[in-house]
Amino acid sequence: MLNTVYRLTQPRKIEIAFTELDLFSSDVIVRPTYLSICHADQRYYQGTRDPKVLAQKLPMALIHEAIGEVVYAPDGSFEVGAKVVMIPNTPVEHDDIIAENYLRSSKFRASGFDGFMQEYVQIPADRLVRLPEGIDPHVAAFTELVSVSVHAISRFDKIAHSRRNIIGVWGDGNLGYMTAVLLRKFFPDTKLYIFGIDEKKMQDFTFADETILTTEIPEGLTVDHAFECVGGNASQIAINQIIDYINPEGTISILGVTEYPVPINTRMILEKGLRMFGTSRSGRVDFLKTVEMYEKYPDIVEYLSHMVGNVVTIRHIKEMGEAFDLDTKKAMGKTIMKWEK
Amino acid sequence: MVYAVIAAGGIGSRMGNQDKPKQYLHIQHKPIIVHTVEKFFVNAAFQKIIILCPNQWVNYTKEKFAKYLPPSDKVVVIKGGDTRNETIMNAIRYIEETDGLDDETVIVTHDAVRPFVSVRIIDENIAGAQKYGATDTVVPATDTIVESLDGETISAIPDRSKLYQGQTPQAFKAKLLKELYESLTEEEKGILTDACKIFTMKGHPVHLIQGEVHNIKITYPYDLRVAKALLDEELD
Repeated sequence: MLNTVYRLTQPRKIEIAFTELDLFSSDVIVRPTYLSICHADQRYYQGTRDPKVLAQKLPMALIHEAIGEVVYAPDGSFEVGAKVVMIPNTPVEHDDIIAENYLRSSKFRASGFDGFMQEYVQIPADRLVRLPEGIDPHVAAFTELVSVSVHAISRFDKIAHSRRNIIGVWGDGNLGYMTAVLLRKFFPDTKLYIFGIDEKKMQDFTFADETILTTEIPEGLTVDHAFECVGGNASQIAINQIIDYINPEGTISILGVTEYPVPINTRMILEKGLRMFGTSRSGRVDFLKTVEMYEKYPDIVEYLSHMVGNVVTIRHIKEMGEAFDLDTKKAMGKTIMKWEK
Repeated sequence: MVYAVIAAGGIGSRMGNQDKPKQYLHIQHKPIIVHTVEKFFVNAAFQKIIILCPNQWVNYTKEKFAKYLPPSDKVVVIKGGDTRNETIMNAIRYIEETDGLDDETVIVTHDAVRPFVSVRIIDENIAGAQKYGATDTVVPATDTIVESLDGETISAIPDRSKLYQGQTPQAFKAKLLKELYESLTEEEKGILTDACKIFTMKGHPVHLIQGEVHNIKITYPYDLRVAKALLDEELD
């Protein structure tokens, strides 16, 4: 079947291309319904990635956060009409030790190959996870992002020592908010402190025990463990501040993406015997866990619905550009494309 | 219930030295008609996909689908009529005889040689027919259209902003279409070039669905080259 793909051919320019989908393949065909724009997509769209990287990766369809409806499942793995979230990570091998999202051979949608801005997506059944009945599709659209936090927290749970009286989350943006919402559920007895720079944004962390401006951290305050959800140029400040305020043998989970190497206070990491670990992306197991959390704690979806910013219905290519432009103007939240193209 | 009606008429004489009807020519290693039908095949809205072709091509078409489509009783190939509207009426008769016809039965008619049709266009036609009774897929006219009554001099130049080029699909409430068609005189039927005209002649509104420029009809060798270029296929 001829399939229309909407590829970024150069920064700010989306053009149609056609691919052929094989109906004799055992893969499932999904009609995307709600797509969510991520910073990574925006960096391609705005052309802020290294020109060499752009030249190598484009043309490519953007978007790795999306849900859809199954239209064709020849292997019977899903019924037609099933609502699913699509997993962008696409492993080509299995490793008993290394998770699929860390295998160097794995491919990732909208990074190594076409993302979800397509008329139909042909995808292996194990890259689909069924969504709970009646879930808010605007929230479900960014399940991939939520699964990255779930992945980070799950790894933290395995790595960090058991004293978890206070966990600090650095970052008052989307990632910080989402990670904090999930930490509240994973560790209900732990005190949750949010460290940020925007008092107004932090007012929305209603479930946290404390919200603290990074410029006004009370003397003597310490945390057992910390999550860095800042990224960008402020990574350095955040990570070093965490090193200052974390208790000995604490674990620091790094989630924020930076384009540049970050100098950090290794002397104090040594002195305090800290553990620092990175997480990136997520795999099937994290998506399953995320959906399980949605079902177990429906209020997670309610909290996350506060992150839904602009919802743009896409019926024409120019509306795709409008959605990306709107996304750059928001202070926080996610831009969702209701996909009718 | 919703049915796709794929009109695969024509004898293909316009395809230069190709002697097969144009829907059987290959792009991407498959007959064009298979690409077209696949778009309807994966759409769960359709109860059946009825393909109508000239009598001498019925078995040939069935064999092509047996080869290129996964086995399914969703696709049926039957004989078309002498005109496009008679072909559509054959499809309606088939529905009437097999599943029965009611006020909500919708048919989505489409040219076999428009394989680039999109799911949006198909879905909007279905929704439009269910709501309004009839739809036509169009794109705004880009060329100035000139009217000439004698073929030698211009009699009028209509305002282009009000003109559109018709594509397919067109979708209709089947029972209503049948009733309107049967109410026409033979003379009225003779001047029909399009099923939507049955509705407009009878004063019934036809709702516009926005088409796509790339929803091309592969009529001439030039169109086949355009289709191959769209697919990045080697041009021969």
